[in-house]
Amino acid sequence: MGHSTTNYNLDQKFDFSAGLKKTIFTVLIFGAVILTAGILMAALGGGHDEAHAEGGHAFHWYQRLYANLWINNVYFTGIAVIGVFFFAIQYAAQAGWSAPLLRIFLSFGYWLPFAGIIMIVSYFIVGHDIFHWTHKTLFDINSPDYDKIIDGKAAFFFWPLEKGTFPAFFIIRMVLFFGAWVLFFNKLKNLSYQEDLNPGNQTWYKIRKWSALFLVFFAVSSSISAWDWVMSIDTHWFSTMFGWYVFASWFVAGLSAMTLVTVFLKERGYLEMVNENHIHDLGKFVFAFSIFWTYIWFSQFLLIYYANIPEESVYFIERLESDVYSPFIFVNLALNFFLPFLVLMTRDAKRHGIFLKLICSLIIIGHWFDFFLMVQPGTLGHNGGFGLMEVGMFLVFGSLVTYVVLNNLSKRNLIAKNHPMLEESYHHHI
Amino acid sequence: MERDKNFILGVYDDEDVLLDAISKVRGTGVKIHEVYSPFPVHGIDDVLGYKRSKLPIAAFLFGMLGTILALTMQFYMMKIDWPMIIGGKDHAAVPDFVPVTFELTVLLAAFGMVGVFMIASNLKPWGQPRIFDIRITDDKHVMAIDLAVNSSMGESQLTDVLKNSGASEVNFKSFE
Repeated sequence: MGHSTTNYNLDQKFDFSAGLKKTIFTVLIFGAVILTAGILMAALGGGHDEAHAEGGHAFHWYQRLYANLWINNVYFTGIAVIGVFFFAIQYAAQAGWSAPLLRIFLSFGYWLPFAGIIMIVSYFIVGHDIFHWTHKTLFDINSPDYDKIIDGKAAFFFWPLEKGTFPAFFIIRMVLFFGAWVLFFNKLKNLSYQEDLNPGNQTWYKIRKWSALFLVFFAVSSSISAWDWVMSIDTHWFSTMFGWYVFASWFVAGLSAMTLVTVFLKERGYLEMVNENHIHDLGKFVFAFSIFWTYIWFSQFLLIYYANIPEESVYFIERLESDVYSPFIFVNLALNFFLPFLVLMTRDAKRHGIFLKLICSLIIIGHWFDFFLMVQPGTLGHNGGFGLMEVGMFLVFGSLVTYVVLNNLSKRNLIAKNHPMLEESYHHHI
Repeated sequence: MERDKNFILGVYDDEDVLLDAISKVRGTGVKIHEVYSPFPVHGIDDVLGYKRSKLPIAAFLFGMLGTILALTMQFYMMKIDWPMIIGGKDHAAVPDFVPVTFELTVLLAAFGMVGVFMIASNLKPWGQPRIFDIRITDDKHVMAIDLAVNSSMGESQLTDVLKNSGASEVNFKSFE
């Protein structure tokens, strides 16, 4: 049948037009305005004295801003690293179908350096308000605040320094994970661009080797980062499934974002050799991993509910019995399970861009709510909620990530033109 | 002539020739009874003009049946017939019902789908499959054309159509 891929312009580049940039900046400014409005309302109208009744810390409006920053940064870090992860999976699995989509997956990694800087810098500003374990008095046996359980876990944060001082081990892990993710991303990116200049299979084998190494590292680092950045907020509580739970949430959101970009490019006439068979496969991934996320979520919930051990069930009591958070538990399940499950069940829904655009957008919002439910109850308690500040911060982060990803995607060829499996992908038929 | 009894068979050596031949034969207005192949041929459904299988609908309905059955069974057992307090929970503790409901949904969807498929494909244990040509289990593709359905064309004309489409041989086969 000859080389059918040569019928296509494989040197095509994505034109990140001024109009598109303007749209993204409009969303960014709109988000910033909403965020500012939310901050002003909280700062000026926040005269509630509820916190004093508890005798604990007084609640300050900026804590909600900090919690929002943390939610969005952890969430979008995940979407970025999942892009690199999914790229690596394609090589480790020797997948052929995805060959023309690889650059889209890879381009999400460009957000990682920004995410890393924001995370490390913001830890020093917001960390004390987000992480209960940063309080010095918890580790002082003479203090009324002394907490035996947290004291027992302290080495995980503070080793090798003294408990309650600088969380060296925690920071080392954060720097190590971001550093290694960015290094792996750069290595994979450079190899993929080299391939454009050197035809042949040699680069493919090199990328596969680095992909395999990255996957091993990511398997461990994704779990530990979930404990560090999310689970340690509820310092007493623990769940052995939490690493998987956060990973599943990241993975579905990342897959949805990659599918959205693919459909978006396809609609604008790019990626000619990508047809509904490739879109169908992406749809299947979104469908399948939505169910995977639900499986993890429910397994965690059911075991805790059934065993009914107070130290475990407190996590769900804080959420289900709260006026602020209990509705969002059901929003979470509706957007992330029932909607994709019922809508994407049929073959036609997975093959047509319109359904995927709708469902993937809602999943990205839905998984933001998942992280909202992981972070806010432990940091803000009944002072939290979903309002202007949350919407604004999400729009600001979302538009920045979109800008960075699309801007870098436009700089190179959209399709890795010397990928040895392009021909296989062209004949992909399901 | 009676339908579903007498067939003319085109035997093909290669699946690319076969795919091409199906379009050619259908282009002349001949109605193809069925094509037999030793392995799945990509794109054959499209050139044969087959409609999408209704099997997923059967799977969905059997799955729904499983869901309803599982929930009814558990509510009846745990709430009505013999209420028990387990772990201090309500008699009808819905989260506990989910794993069983899931399993029965999957079980009935799978069994229902296999059952429907076997009935639809005439694969019942006591059924007698019709072998058009024993080589379809080895290395040949066979296109079967019902002579009665295409009675407007003579046998010699059909033979020509098959030969021109690339068939390596043309045979006749009758069933009792």
